[in-house]
Amino acid sequence: MDGRSLIRRRAGLRLWLSAGWLMLLGIAALLAPWIAPKDPLAQDLFLGRLPPFWMAGAEPGYWLGTDSLGRDVLSRILHGARVALLVALVAGTITCLIGATLGLLAGFLRGWVDMVISRLIDIWMAFPPVLFSILLIAVLGPGLTSIIIAIVVIDWTRFARVVRAEAMAQGAMDYVASARVAGRGRIGTMVREILPNVLPTVVVLLTLEMGIAVIVEAILSFVNLSISTDDPTWGGMIAEGRTSIHQAWWVLVFPLITLFLTVLSFSQLGEGLKDRFDPVLR
Amino acid sequence: MSFLSIRNLSVRLKGGPPLLRRVSLDVAPGEVRGLVGESGAGKSMIGKAVLGILPPSVEVTAGEILLDGTDLLTLSAKDRRRRIGASCALIPQDPLTALNPSHRIGPQITDRLVDILGWGRTEAEARAKALLAEVQIADPDRVLRSYPHELSGGMRQRILIASAFAAEPRLIVADEPTTALDVTVQKQILSLIRDMQARHGTALLFVTHDLGVVSKVCQRLSVLYAGMVVEDAAVTDFFAAPHHAYSAALLAATPKYTDPKAGLNPVPEAVIEAVRAEVAAFDRESAR
Amino acid sequence: MIPGGAAKQDMRHRVTGTGMVILRTLLTRLLTTVITLAGVAVIVFFVIRVVPGNPIAMMLPPGATEEDIARLSALYGLDKPLVTQFGIWVAGVLQGDFGTSITTRQPVLDLVLGRLPATLELSIMALVMAVILGGTAALIGTRYRGGRREGAIDVANGMALSVPDFLWGLVLILLFGVLWPVFHISGRVTPSLELPFTTDFYLFESLIRLRFDLWADIVAHMFMPALALAIPLAAIIGQLLKQSLKETMNLDYVTLARTKGYGEARVILREALRNAALPTLTLVGVQFTFLIGGTVIIERLFSYEGLGNMAIDAVVNRDLPLIQGIVLLFALIFTAVNLIVDLLYAVLNPRLRHA
Ligand SMILES: Nc1ncnc2c1ncn2[C@@H]1O[C@H](COP(=O)(O)OP(=O)(O)O)[C@@H](O)[C@H]1O
Ligand SMILES: [Mg+2]
Repeated sequence: MDGRSLIRRRAGLRLWLSAGWLMLLGIAALLAPWIAPKDPLAQDLFLGRLPPFWMAGAEPGYWLGTDSLGRDVLSRILHGARVALLVALVAGTITCLIGATLGLLAGFLRGWVDMVISRLIDIWMAFPPVLFSILLIAVLGPGLTSIIIAIVVIDWTRFARVVRAEAMAQGAMDYVASARVAGRGRIGTMVREILPNVLPTVVVLLTLEMGIAVIVEAILSFVNLSISTDDPTWGGMIAEGRTSIHQAWWVLVFPLITLFLTVLSFSQLGEGLKDRFDPVLR
Repeated sequence: MSFLSIRNLSVRLKGGPPLLRRVSLDVAPGEVRGLVGESGAGKSMIGKAVLGILPPSVEVTAGEILLDGTDLLTLSAKDRRRRIGASCALIPQDPLTALNPSHRIGPQITDRLVDILGWGRTEAEARAKALLAEVQIADPDRVLRSYPHELSGGMRQRILIASAFAAEPRLIVADEPTTALDVTVQKQILSLIRDMQARHGTALLFVTHDLGVVSKVCQRLSVLYAGMVVEDAAVTDFFAAPHHAYSAALLAATPKYTDPKAGLNPVPEAVIEAVRAEVAAFDRESAR
Repeated sequence: MIPGGAAKQDMRHRVTGTGMVILRTLLTRLLTTVITLAGVAVIVFFVIRVVPGNPIAMMLPPGATEEDIARLSALYGLDKPLVTQFGIWVAGVLQGDFGTSITTRQPVLDLVLGRLPATLELSIMALVMAVILGGTAALIGTRYRGGRREGAIDVANGMALSVPDFLWGLVLILLFGVLWPVFHISGRVTPSLELPFTTDFYLFESLIRLRFDLWADIVAHMFMPALALAIPLAAIIGQLLKQSLKETMNLDYVTLARTKGYGEARVILREALRNAALPTLTLVGVQFTFLIGGTVIIERLFSYEGLGNMAIDAVVNRDLPLIQGIVLLFALIFTAVNLIVDLLYAVLNPRLRHA
């Protein structure tokens, strides 16, 4: 009994820590233009590769140092958060809306709708996601819109599959039958009875999807297929830091820590919510 | 001098209620002791305690399990394992799940001989073949090379019996060895166990909920209720005149082979009440 | 297991022969493989053709005339109708002609086959690492189940799963490339070394030629990218195998083995492992294809000269024929892996093997 409550408390802690970090990041991203100490694009070759504040040779105001072009690392991280969270929100939400709707329709209406959507899901599953993204980015060209489109096109099945199964399970339960008997229409039943029951699952998936979106954006900006190199992105900073790792480790380390914590937080938040929504501790 | 002697063994669910209440019983060399009681009485738990396979969720709180004079509970885990492996064996309840699906039959019979007792491989294989013949399996060579799923339930139970006798153990625990089988096969398996036991002179702790079976196989029996031994008697005496009201009711509830039309008399409420009160009194006693 | 169900199962396997089962699996899988590959080829070909920019125009220096563009388009067959282009392309592919790379002007097949060994070696190394790491974690977790050690393993698995290979790669670069520089952080082999190899399978060939100096250098280059790829898969194997092992440890045949005198470790390894590993196997197959997909970015991160690195270059340069070739090859590898896993499952499962 003791062990269980301990596990639950630890799970709660994990939930709050990740939610806290993401809140902080969200606020920082919103306020970036006002709280960033420097202009993230301003170059100054005389201030190149300044170390972070606690090391010898640091310049005041450049808290986390500068990159080889003299751009302020902290300011670029803050502005990069805007890009990362924008992609996470937009791509996550669109993916979720499309995937969950299709899954709900397939799982509840069954019949030919389910046939068509299930076949689509099968075809998607047979196509490895990496190939898919290479192909899509090659076709669409680099840029944020392409990234978002790629994420939506590739990942809608994540939602559709799970929501379809859940809707099917819910649809088989008595309360749905009694709602139908009570005279509610098909769509009405779906929206009023099924949707609220699959909502927790959808929220969990959405959280996980946002983490995926952040990492996809970072990877694509790392290989220079996101927005232009000058604009601050975590992936772009990491790419630049990777090349000067022996001269200026901080250019790599700080964006990496931020990215790591963000990805970890989204996934831990998702897992934590899953446990929280699940009546039995898994 | 008995080979197995359980003294005041108490077992409970960790942090929970008692499962065995000061159980004592003896099995002399070559003797067959029946262990009867309704489902959940703790019959299997006694067998598991003897064989050192109690589930991790339970613990022994008191008592001794003397095997040939040595208390198993005082030995190190490794010594206990070795000692049990060398002198005891189990005939399990469900032959369908008691054989490893990914090993052939041969190694499953010979493994203990080779790994624990240090026999040579050819020697062990010859022994396995002889044993399969002894349990009346027609084509031992083929069966030894088979996988479990290729054999029927009755066949597998014969194999498990052969395997139990492989190392000439001095004690075998048979945990409801016929319950999972078809009625037609049950009788064959039962007489096979009895014959084997008699021929090898092995002591047998025979767990069953069927007093009819006890009357055919056992010399002595213990009747168990809620982890408490309510009666310990010679089988002939017991069937003539059971001492405890609960065991008498149990006997009355058993359909007679001699008179199948007699029907079932469920154990009366009053008897159950009485034995429950006995258990409660026992628990109060031990709590003090 | 209900006796009736088991009996029915026995019957089925008695009716269908062993070889039959495997043969049928093989045929079905081969058919789906061919269909999938054909689908991939069609999709890749047509999707790429709707690309908005003109790759030919991008290849030419600024100021090239319309005429130049037309000439070059004709050279690559890009001026013909789509269906005709597809026909030509398929005919070529069937004869082993995958076209010519626009950027390097070399045959796509040569380029792709030249890089394939590097990626295969990296993936297989990563798979081996994942199996060793994940397997060890599962075995230790099972041996000490319910204890602190199992808790620690669960936490580590959870961490490893929450973060993708790309980030693990960066973390490894910092740890073993900068803080404690014991491994190389870029390339496949130290450039100054003389390589006496006739194949591109450096890792294997160096072993066969007993050139352990070269082998060590190659491993020191491969270690970090392989480990980065292995970590998430190791976590999945660890979790799944541990769960499966723990369930198996409660089965009757394991309990019976205990009464025979075997110790815990021996029981886990000999009685439980094989049966518990089987359900994990199919999943490892699927996850291995994800791992191979991961090589694309990991190779980039570690400047490892494999297919994935080439794929990104091809995308950046919009080298259509090369992208086509690489995607098709990846698809081929993915389906081959799935096929192998299915066969392996059929071979390892005694219920299918012997009837
Ligand atoms: N693994 C276990 N964990 C906890 N309790 C158990 C376990 N196995 C059996 N028990 C409990 O111990 C009691 C005796 O069980 P058992 O010996 O199997 O009864 P039976 O006489 O039917 O063989 C039962 O109340 C049962 O619920
Ligand atoms: Mg029992």
